[in-house]
Amino acid sequence: MMEFPKDIDIPLDVWVDGIMEWVLATFGGFFDLLGTGILYLLLHTESFFLWLPWPILVFGVGILAWRVMGSWLAGLGMAGMLFFVGALGLWDLGMMTLALVVASVIVSLAIGLPLGIAMASSDTFQAIIKPILDGMQTMPSFVYLIPALMLFGLGKVPALFATIIYAVPPVIRLTNVGIREVSANVIEAAHAFGSSYWQILFKIQMPLARPTILVGINQTTMMALAMVVIASMIGAKGLGLEVLLAINRIEVGRGFEAGLCIVFMAIIIDRITFSMASRKKK
Amino acid sequence: MEKIVIEGLYKIFGPHPEEAMRMVRQGRSKDEIMEKTRHGLGVVDASFVVNAGEIFVVMGLSGSGKSTLVRCLNRLIEPTAGRVIVNGEDVTRLGKRALRQFRQKHFGMVFQNFALFPHRSVLRNVEYGLEVQGVDATTRHEAAMKVLKQVGLKGWEESMPDQLSGGMQQRVGLARALALDADIMLMDEAFSALDPLIRRDMQDELIDLQEKVQKTIVFISHDLDEAIKLGDRIVLMKDGRLVQQGTAEEILTNPADDYVARFVEGVDMSKVVTAETIMKKSDTMAYMKTDGPKAALRKMEKAGISSLFVGEGGRLKGIVTARACRKAADRGEKSLADILDTEIHMVTLDTPANELFPLLADSPHPIAVVGDDGHLKGVIVAGSLLAKLSEVSRNESGNGNSSESGS
Repeated sequence: MMEFPKDIDIPLDVWVDGIMEWVLATFGGFFDLLGTGILYLLLHTESFFLWLPWPILVFGVGILAWRVMGSWLAGLGMAGMLFFVGALGLWDLGMMTLALVVASVIVSLAIGLPLGIAMASSDTFQAIIKPILDGMQTMPSFVYLIPALMLFGLGKVPALFATIIYAVPPVIRLTNVGIREVSANVIEAAHAFGSSYWQILFKIQMPLARPTILVGINQTTMMALAMVVIASMIGAKGLGLEVLLAINRIEVGRGFEAGLCIVFMAIIIDRITFSMASRKKK
Repeated sequence: MEKIVIEGLYKIFGPHPEEAMRMVRQGRSKDEIMEKTRHGLGVVDASFVVNAGEIFVVMGLSGSGKSTLVRCLNRLIEPTAGRVIVNGEDVTRLGKRALRQFRQKHFGMVFQNFALFPHRSVLRNVEYGLEVQGVDATTRHEAAMKVLKQVGLKGWEESMPDQLSGGMQQRVGLARALALDADIMLMDEAFSALDPLIRRDMQDELIDLQEKVQKTIVFISHDLDEAIKLGDRIVLMKDGRLVQQGTAEEILTNPADDYVARFVEGVDMSKVVTAETIMKKSDTMAYMKTDGPKAALRKMEKAGISSLFVGEGGRLKGIVTARACRKAADRGEKSLADILDTEIHMVTLDTPANELFPLLADSPHPIAVVGDDGHLKGVIVAGSLLAKLSEVSRNESGNGNSSESGS
């Protein structure tokens, strides 16, 4: 057997640490500002969901599910699952988790849609972004927690930051694909009638890419929910934290309750957004 | 009036067309250039003029560069060299913004695959061009409704394109182009995807519509019958080059080379050859007032014919035969009135040959070909009609044979 020479040892870890220190020293103020902004958005979302009377949300979800899924049974089921979360005594924690998901989806869309559009209009840009997205998605999600922690300290902000990084790739990718899939003939016709870039984008490409983009939003939402649970390790309150505590104390029943609530919320969000995406515009 | 002038237009596909351009100018072939430079020839040295108000057909087999050519007119494809002058303005020099405005104002385009916007209703498809120009909602709604009525789609405004048949979809395509009220229509194989019956209807409707709207139409087709039917003038393309241009009849009766001749084969000549081509030019005739049987006889002898048309006050009245004239002269009659046969057929210069056959079968006399003013231009006898048609078709098969032995 031949051992790999010990002398060859690229100190990538040292470099990355160095870069992080440099980033912190140089852009510390910027990240503070960014953190404050994110916190502001998050706190408002959270207080909204905590303020929202539970019957309104349960009914609202039921009716929305009934409308988009086209079956009152589905509406009843979705409302029932949400009611169950409250019935287990986890309503407030559930709302905190939901707020974190909603806030990170909002930021993800604000970043992802323009990036996807830019990617669709430039092959060079696509070639640059694609491997980065691949990396973001294959990197174990825990890895994001560390730099987020260093940049923003413990708490909700790094949790949200890590969630966004993990959840944003699908919406970028599918916006890009959706726009690129629009038939070249149709684009040519739009050009022939003297349309500008923005007119083609908003009148032709975006409406035709809409179903694909909605699938991207659905995936982003699901990934955000998955990450939010993990992000509780660095201090985001919510159902994830409940699971974490249950693991630490080996309380199987408590962990099961919180886990079940996460599953229910995932089903509700997924079914509703997926139905919105696949619903044919009448 | 010259509407579109194309001067020395080239399109070479590929990132570095310079070398290919040099080879084209040396007269190398498409395949050779492709092999040496990996650049494709789209259009080679095209020059022609399209007049205002005419239907100008660009014809060629697939891959001949005709679709590329028409896209060079509105720069959906950027020409490599040459000039495209529309209404006196050089389109190739326009900046991005000016080009967009120029397209909005001057070019309506209809596509082979319809290329309708699938997410928009029929009405919103037709409104699109005006919407892009920033025209207000009421005006564009009115304009769209008007053209939808013109193309026979009233009542379908709210349908989605995928709910319509192919023929109806292309009517939407046509309406979308007409709604702009641009002065030029570019029609890229507009009817090729339709089945033959519907295609014929659409051709007829286009001709009717053209009489009303009087656009300048550049029509791309691979179908010679369509080209003949629609085209005021036709240009034939092969491997990116213009092979021949002219009226349908000029191309059919006098093909420039083997390629055109082969293309032209299979067209029913009797539909395109007109009375003017077949007739024997003649203005010899007798006049009721001044000529008697003897004078008529003398004219016939001189011209070497056996019957003579008789006119009065510039209009054709009938015909007299040599036989009847001789008998009348023997009887001592002074007037042609008694022997005049008024049962004659008159046709105009542009009557197609296939309409002449029944007329000839119907009457023992030759057919008179008259101009718009009613004056005699020439005569057609059964013999000359058949001779002319066989001559034209012999030309064709002759060319066809020589090309076969050549290849």
